[in-house]
Order: sequence, then C-alpha cells, then structure tokens
Amino acid sequence: MIEVADLTKSYGSMTAVDHVSFTVNKGEILGFLGPNGAGKTTTMRILTGYIPATSGTARVAGFDVANDSMQVRRHIGYLPEAPPIYPDMTVGTYLDFVARIKNVPAEKRGERVTDALHKVNITDKRDELIKRLSRGYKQRVGLAQALVHDPDVIILDEPTVGLDPKQIIEVRHLIKGLAGNHTIILSTHILPEVSMTCDRVVIINKGKIAAVDTPQNLTSQLKGGQKIRVEVKAPEQPVQELLSQIPGASRVLIEAVHADGHLTATVEAAQGNDIRSQIAAKIVEKGWPLYELRGVSLSLEDIFLELTTDDAAHAEPAN
Amino acid sequence: MQGFIAIYRKEIGHYFVSPIAYVVVGLFLMLCAFFFDSYIVSAMQYSIQMQLQGLPTFDVPSQVMSGFFGVVSLFVLFFLPMLTMGVYAEERKRGTMELLMTSPITEVQIVLGKFLASLTLLAIMLLPTASYVAYMNLHSEPVPPWRILFAGYAGVLLLGAALLSLGSFISSLTENQLISAVLTFAAFLMVWVIDIGRNAQGTAGSVLQYLSVIHHYDDFTLGIIDTSSLIYYGSFIFLFLFLTVRSVDSMRWRRA
Repeated sequence: MIEVADLTKSYGSMTAVDHVSFTVNKGEILGFLGPNGAGKTTTMRILTGYIPATSGTARVAGFDVANDSMQVRRHIGYLPEAPPIYPDMTVGTYLDFVARIKNVPAEKRGERVTDALHKVNITDKRDELIKRLSRGYKQRVGLAQALVHDPDVIILDEPTVGLDPKQIIEVRHLIKGLAGNHTIILSTHILPEVSMTCDRVVIINKGKIAAVDTPQNLTSQLKGGQKIRVEVKAPEQPVQELLSQIPGASRVLIEAVHADGHLTATVEAAQGNDIRSQIAAKIVEKGWPLYELRGVSLSLEDIFLELTTDDAAHAEPAN
Repeated sequence: MQGFIAIYRKEIGHYFVSPIAYVVVGLFLMLCAFFFDSYIVSAMQYSIQMQLQGLPTFDVPSQVMSGFFGVVSLFVLFFLPMLTMGVYAEERKRGTMELLMTSPITEVQIVLGKFLASLTLLAIMLLPTASYVAYMNLHSEPVPPWRILFAGYAGVLLLGAALLSLGSFISSLTENQLISAVLTFAAFLMVWVIDIGRNAQGTAGSVLQYLSVIHHYDDFTLGIIDTSSLIYYGSFIFLFLFLTVRSVDSMRWRRA
C-alpha cells in the first residue's frame, strides 16, 4: 500500500530524512518510532504530499506522491501533530467542511460525518463549538477528520500526545479497530504504544532507519544473546564460580546481595543456548535454596536506546 | 469546483462567527451614514445660498455622490487590512493550512475561494450604503443619471478587490496577523499615494499616475468607466492573486 524508496529530504546542509526505505502492506499498522527530531514528521509530510522530497520516491495506494499528488491526497487521511481544527466551528460543520474538501459526494456526506463521529465516540458533541472541547476531545475531532472520507491510508502524527492515560488507551483501541480496512502509519516516541498497537515497527534516528521488524522480533532478537536472572540463597563467591563453570555462560554478574542472604545474579548466554535447566540442576545439586530463575528479554526500551544512543553519542549537537 | 465552494463557504462562515466582521462592517456603516448625511446637508445649504444670491445652482446629487464615493474609498483603505490580515496568517498559525494543502484541492481553489469570500463581505458591507444613495436619487428633481451610482459602486468594488488581493498576498507571507495588518496598511498607502508626482511632467509623472489605485477610481466616481481603468484593476488583481498562489505553494518549501 505504501512503498518508500530511498527517500531523502534536506534543508540546506541539514538532512532531515536520509535515504529511508520501507513498505507497508494493506491493512497493517506500522509504527514509526524515534526520538524527537528524528525525521518522523518530515517523512509523514512527504507521504501526505505536504512537502516534496529532495530525492527518492514514495508511492501511496499505487500513486506517486510527487507526480500524482491529487490522487494520493484523495486516498490519505492525515492527522498532524496538532489537530488542524477551526475553533469557531462546531464539530459537525467542521467535519462537513473536511468531507467537502476531501471530495466526498454530497449524498454521502451526512452519513460519513455521522460515521466518523461514531467511530471516535463523540456523537454527542456534534453541535458543540470546537473551542469549548477539552484537549482529548479536540484530538478525537482531529482523528474524525482523518477518517471522514474513509481513506485507504491513515497517517497519524503522535496521535496520543497530550492525552490522559484513559484517553490514550481509548485512542489506541480506536486505532487498532481501524486496522484491516485501513492501512495505518502512526508515529510516536512512546515505546509501549508501539508494542501495543503496531504490527511492525520502523525505528528511525537522525533521519536514518535503525531497524524494521515486528515488535516481538525486535524484543526477542537480543543483540548480546539472552539474559537469565537467578535469585538464590548462598554465599557470593561460590555462586560466581559455579555459574561461571556452566558451559555456554559467557558472563556472570552478581547484581545484589540482600541482607537476608539472598543474592541476585545475571547470567548472559549466547543466542539460542538455553542454559536455564543447567543452572537449576547445578544449584539444586549444591543444595542452595533457589527462589527465582527466569529469562529476561530485552525490552523495546533497551533496543531503542541501544539503537539510538549509540549514534547520538558522537553526533554533532542539533543545529 | 466542490473544493472551491467549500473554501468559499467556510470563509464566509468564518467572517460571521468572528467579531472582526461585525466590528468592521458596523463601524464602516456608521461612518458612511454620518458622512453621507453631512455631505447632503452641506451641499443643500450651499445650493440654497447660491439660489438666494441669484447665482446659478449646481447639481447637488452628483456633488454629494462624488464626495461620498471619495470618503468611502478612504474607509475601504482603513478597514480592508482588518479583513485580510488573518486570511492566511491565521490558518498557518493554527496548522489548518496543512489540512488544506494535504486535501485534494488546488492552491488556485484555495486562493480564489478566500478572495471571493472577502470580496463578498465587501459587497455585503457596501450594500446598505447603496440604499442611501438610491433614496437620494429617487427624491432628486431631476433624477440624476443612475450611471453615476452604478459606476461609483463598480469603482469601489474594483478598488476593494484590488486591495483585497494585495492584502491576502501579504497575509500569506507571515504567520502573525498584526504584522500582516500593519504591512497591508502600509502597502495600501503606497499604492494610494504613488501618484504623489501627479504634477510631475513627462513620462515618469504619467506612469506614476497610471499606477495609483486612486487615480483610476476617480473616473468611476464621475460616472466614467474607462477601459484602461478596467485593465488596470484587472491586471492588479490578477497579479496579486497569482503571487498569492505562488506564495501559498512556496509554503511547502519553507522549513517549519
């Protein structure tokens, strides 16, 4: 549905998006994850036809964003970071206006507006002036605006920013509900959002793609192998020795020794080498009470930080 | 076409929910009524004096009309910057320009929709004043040629349209409504007084005179519709609408 190839956008000497390529399949939710200023908004603006790319191509619903901009715009619903609302309009008039400029035929307009209001659950606010709505409701009006012409592709720039936790959950449910019929790209810098809503993740940093995968794969592909946490009641030195002797264990780290004699240790092992049973066997053999033994998977946060801070450390300060 | 109508309707609606339109139209009408009344009173007193002294009387209605159109043009100069200041500046500030520019409508539709909406508001603003002038005409003896009235209003509309096109161009250059209003007012004054050298001799003088918006307007208030004036206003409006389209399009290249 969306094919992006070698997309680059530079402003003078500053490159905001640097040779970015990815594809999004029909009905998929793609998360665009990156720190602030990574180039998420710029990429989205290129996809919606708002700004032209410096080089590279992007196709949305089979149309090139540069050459067939009008066709692309017809197939896209877009929610910019700040909802593009007119405070002096009522919710109903506003959505009717958006439906008109999105070329919704007159006979379908009323139905589409009602439908969009229903989807974002603000049917009761139809005659309310937008400026009297709370932040969360304004955001929903913004979402309704992106849905009103029933577009194939929906692009949402940080759709949950500024909402309270309950609203965030509602918006996430709403977005998940839209998948299937619509292809969705959403950007965020909030990690749990991606693992909760997205089918695939593009991690972008400094304008470059750092990783593309499913949230599950990203989490399970531990860069430095797997980690196992052990809590056992035993003296420190023997535990260190014992665990180090286990074949496959690459590193043993005693993390803490508690006052009650318990200690926690982390054992790192190479990928695909499950040594949990061996650890258990050795400890039981020694007769030490074992309290905990579990594999720790790297969280998305760890991956994200690993992928993004590495660059940031020796990158020049922004502007 | 649908997009153009949608923009036009939205703009008209926007004028009438914002207090600006009411303040501008209200003050404009009050001032017009006051000046029309004082013109009539003074012209009539003057004419009675002339009659009493046995001097030849003059044409009161056309005197009142040309004076009235003169003062209307001045109010247009003062009030129109307030109508155009926010046309693009406000949309840019709110981020709604991004919505318009990612919708399947062209820049030309956006610019024309907004321009015609502001022109409609100007027409709405002028309409009540036509009733006073028409009333005077009907009760004059002999009835002066209606041509003066129509030419006068055609002149105000053309002058207003020219200034609106210039004002919306300036609004498209900034995000700040206040800057937009101040710059627009300054630009209006420039095109107004550019014929300062109207007494200058030679080509320079006549070129400057031709470029002034008010020079062409004067013909209209006398009931003369000159083709060169029509061409002047037509090209003025076209030029600034074209520049506005280019300026709106260039927002895509600006970094923001």
